[in-house]
Amino acid sequence: MADSPIVFDQLTRSLAIAKKDLRVYYSQGPVVIFGILMPAFLFLAYFIGRQMPVNSLIPGLLGMAVFFTATAVSPVVAPWETQARTLERLASCPVSVWTILLGDMLASVIFGIVISLVPILVGLIVGASIHHPFILAAGIVLAAFCFSSLALIFSFPATSSPATIMMLSSLVKFPLVFISGVFMPVEGLPAWAKVIASLSPLTYFTEVARYCMGGTSYYPLSLCLPLLLVATVLFWGIAVSLHNRTLPKRL
Amino acid sequence: MNLSPTDPEETLKDGPAIHVEGLTKYYGDFLAVDHVSFDVGRGELFGFLGPNGAGKTTTVRVLTGIIKAEGGTGLVMGFPAGSLQAKQLSGVVPEQANAYIDLSAWNNLMLMAELYRVRISEAKRRAEALLQEVGLYEKKDNLVKTFSLGMRKRLILCLALVGGPHILFLDEPTSGLDVQSTRLIRETLRKFREEGKTIFLTTHNMDEASELCDRVAIINHGKLVAIDTPEKLRIGAGRVHVVEIGFEEAVTPKTLSQLPNADKVEGAGNKMRIYTENPCSLVASIVDFTRSHSLTMVNLNIQPPSLEEAFIRLTQEVGHGG
Repeated sequence: MADSPIVFDQLTRSLAIAKKDLRVYYSQGPVVIFGILMPAFLFLAYFIGRQMPVNSLIPGLLGMAVFFTATAVSPVVAPWETQARTLERLASCPVSVWTILLGDMLASVIFGIVISLVPILVGLIVGASIHHPFILAAGIVLAAFCFSSLALIFSFPATSSPATIMMLSSLVKFPLVFISGVFMPVEGLPAWAKVIASLSPLTYFTEVARYCMGGTSYYPLSLCLPLLLVATVLFWGIAVSLHNRTLPKRL
Repeated sequence: MNLSPTDPEETLKDGPAIHVEGLTKYYGDFLAVDHVSFDVGRGELFGFLGPNGAGKTTTVRVLTGIIKAEGGTGLVMGFPAGSLQAKQLSGVVPEQANAYIDLSAWNNLMLMAELYRVRISEAKRRAEALLQEVGLYEKKDNLVKTFSLGMRKRLILCLALVGGPHILFLDEPTSGLDVQSTRLIRETLRKFREEGKTIFLTTHNMDEASELCDRVAIINHGKLVAIDTPEKLRIGAGRVHVVEIGFEEAVTPKTLSQLPNADKVEGAGNKMRIYTENPCSLVASIVDFTRSHSLTMVNLNIQPPSLEEAFIRLTQEVGHGG
């Protein structure tokens, strides 16, 4: 177990990696546009023509925005850097595997949080109200960490092909959106679908968002937030363990 | 340097800069490095030579913590190779340039400085000085994707130095570069070394090794076949000297081949190259021959065996002899 000075020392180096990721990968126009447009189009495709109150619409849109943005780029950073041989540079620096992963995750979290402001602003403009802003903020931060750490798991195979990882992550991400109460509140789902929905961390964030925007939530807040935290720790642990095994194969 | 509680500079250990003992690395069934052992002294410029696939790059990658060895010990400044402490004290110039091409030269340097936890004011000072030294200061805000190979290699050297390393690992730093970039890189290495720092250099370039290195090791088929100063390797492994002579008159090689100690004679007209393992006796015989035949010698030049000849001889011996 690393002692605390080493952990703090490595945390500061993670911030440098996060800053690099934001400059190199997240400042690209297509990434920003993809982060906003992708959830917006998916959402509109489902909701146009349906009579639903704004406070039921916006939590779903917010859930998708945070989910897609926090999982958009971090899975492909590792294969990109393998291909460009910049991962070798990072590996020769005084940083641990978890330091590199934490940097990638922090960049993803920041991107997810910033982009989440878009559906919130859209919601406020069209008349949605936020009843519990601090809980919503905590939920967004927690969800961004949770989804980012989930995304890091997708990138563990030691490949230098971003397309392979994109395909793998899409295979998980898209089904997850449909079973997570984004398009339909959990309480309206059939029993078997509720069981599947309970396995998705996105369900719990969407529930938090519904609660904070004055809607009804199926799961209590006291369950949703701790479960998001547990999922984050679990995904992070799995990601670090898998990358510790596969990183040497990339170099 | 921003000293953290874990900073290895506070606990720099005595002993050689690099200590390698029985280092062994396999790629599947292929034995890439076979029980290699050597030491590199502090402040030494150590050359690591070998043909393609001999195990040079694998050894560097193990010492810099990129990959792990299956056996043996590798210590860098007293710390296990690949440990955070060893990496903190090392700068690495890999064979293939690997700066972030979507970042500017300056931002690449600042990233490295942050990863080595160099204080920001010191990082800026070092970055400016390094970029000026390698002639890239005017291009500091340009994206690396606009740089030529030579410019990228010079930048990579700056990236390796901005963290303030005590030891620098370079893998073919001047391979494929133009004369200007090669000269700038060699000059920067000389300055680094003048500060008492250690350099571990792998190269194919025998002239470079001969010119820069205090000692060189030659590796072939994963095994270390020689380790010594370039001069001693030249003399020890390549005993054959070449004596070049020019006469005003035409001389036949057949005549000169009868001289004592002349192993082989090449040439035509009035210029001859005589191969010998005993250059002093041969020169005395040539002088006698010139007098007795009333010839006029216009030049005489003795070439010692080159490092390249020593290299070829040593690598062929192991290649043939196993």
